[in-house]
Amino acid sequence: MAGNNPTPVEYIQHHLQNLTYGYHPEHGWSIAHSAGEAQEMGFWAIHLDTMGWSLAMGALFIWLFRKVGKAATTGVPGKLQSAIEMVFEFVEGTVHGAFRGKNPLIGPLALTLFVWIFLMNLLKLVPVDFMPQLFARFGVEYMKLVPTTDPNATLGMALGVFCLIIYYSIKVKGLGGFAKELSLTPFNHWLLIPFNLVMEVIGLLVKPLSLGLRLFGNMFAGEVIFILIALLPFWISWTLNVPWAIFHILVISLQAFIFTVLTVVYLNAAHEHH
Amino acid sequence: MNINMTLIGQMIAFAIFVWFCIKYVWPPINNALHERQKKIADGLDAASRASRDLELAEQQASETLRESKEQAAEILEQAHKRSNQMIDEARDQARQEGERMIAQAKSEIEQEVNRAKDDLRGQVSRLAIVGAERILESSIDEKRHAKLVDKLAEEL
Repeated sequence: MAGNNPTPVEYIQHHLQNLTYGYHPEHGWSIAHSAGEAQEMGFWAIHLDTMGWSLAMGALFIWLFRKVGKAATTGVPGKLQSAIEMVFEFVEGTVHGAFRGKNPLIGPLALTLFVWIFLMNLLKLVPVDFMPQLFARFGVEYMKLVPTTDPNATLGMALGVFCLIIYYSIKVKGLGGFAKELSLTPFNHWLLIPFNLVMEVIGLLVKPLSLGLRLFGNMFAGEVIFILIALLPFWISWTLNVPWAIFHILVISLQAFIFTVLTVVYLNAAHEHH
Repeated sequence: MNINMTLIGQMIAFAIFVWFCIKYVWPPINNALHERQKKIADGLDAASRASRDLELAEQQASETLRESKEQAAEILEQAHKRSNQMIDEARDQARQEGERMIAQAKSEIEQEVNRAKDDLRGQVSRLAIVGAERILESSIDEKRHAKLVDKLAEEL
C-alpha cells in the first residue's frame, strides 16, 4: 500500500487518481501531487497514465497485427496467425452482420476498437497494487493502469465515433437529408418539427454518451471492486479476487464487443435512408 | 476523474490507430484470408470435379467392359454356329461322297456283271456251236451261221 498505512478511503482515492500533468494556477506546468491539485488544473491537463497505457496498447495492437499481416501466408497458418485471423474473422463477421452498406472504413474501425478496447480492458487483470507500487519505486505518485476506467478515454473514443456518425450522416444523406431526418422523424408534420428536433438531437447526443459511459461504468465499477477486495487481509483476498477476475475475463471481452457492435450499428444507421 | 485534455488526446490517438489499421493492418490480413478462402474453394471445386471425372471414367470403363463382353459372347456364338455348320457340311459331303461311291461301285458291279454275262453268253454260244458241231460232226459254215449264232447269243 502506498504511503504510511493509509486509511481505506485514502487507499481507494489514491488508486482512483490519475497521474495528471497540466497547468496549475500556482505551480505552472507540472505533475499534480494530489487529487485537489489535479482538480485545480481544470481542462488543460492530461492524464499521463491513461494516455501512456492506451497508446501502448494501441501500439501493441498495431505492431502485433501488422507483424502477422506482413508474414501472413495464404497456405497453412501458424498458431499466432490463426489466433489473429480468428479475431479478424470474428470482427469481420460482426461487421458483415450489422452493417449493410459498403464502406471500407467500417471493418478496420471495428477491428481497431475491438482489439484496442480489449487490450486496455485486459490491463485490469493485472493486480491492482502491482503497477502503482512498481511506479512508486521510481517516484511516480499515481498510476491508474486501466485506461478504460478513465471517462476521458472512453468518451474520447465515443466522440471519435460521434464525429464519424455526423460525417457519414451528412455525406450519405446530404446536409438537407440529415436535417430532414432530425426534424421530420418520428412525426412527419411541420407543426411537430420542434418536438422532433428535440427528440432526435437528444437521441443523437445520447449515442456517444451512452457508448462511452457504458464502457467506463463497467470498467470503473469492476476496478473499484478489485480495490475493495484488495483491502482485505492478503490471506483471504484471493477467495474473492480470483472469482472476480475470472468473471472479468467475460466482462472485458463483452464490453469491448458491445462498444464495437454499437459503433457499427450507429454507423449503419447513419448510412441508411429512412 | 476530471474531464480534461486527455479526452482530446484519446480522440487523436483513436484516429491515428484507426488510420494505421486501415493503412497497414487490415489489407494484408484481409488479402491473406480471402486468398486462402479462394484457394480452399478452388481446391474443393477441383476435388469435386475430379471425383465427378472419376465417376464418369468408371462408368465408361464398365460400359466398355460390358460391350467387349457382349462382343466376345457374340463372337463365340458365331464360332459355335460356324463350327456346327462346318460339321454339318462335312457330314453332308461325306454322305454324298459315300452315296456317290456306292452308286459308282454298284454301276461298276453291274457293268462287270453285264460284261461277265456277255462273256458268258459268247462262251455259251461258242460252246453250243462247238457242241452242235460235235453233235453234227460236221462243220457248220461259220460264215453262214454266224448270223444265227449271234442271234442266238443275244437271246441268251
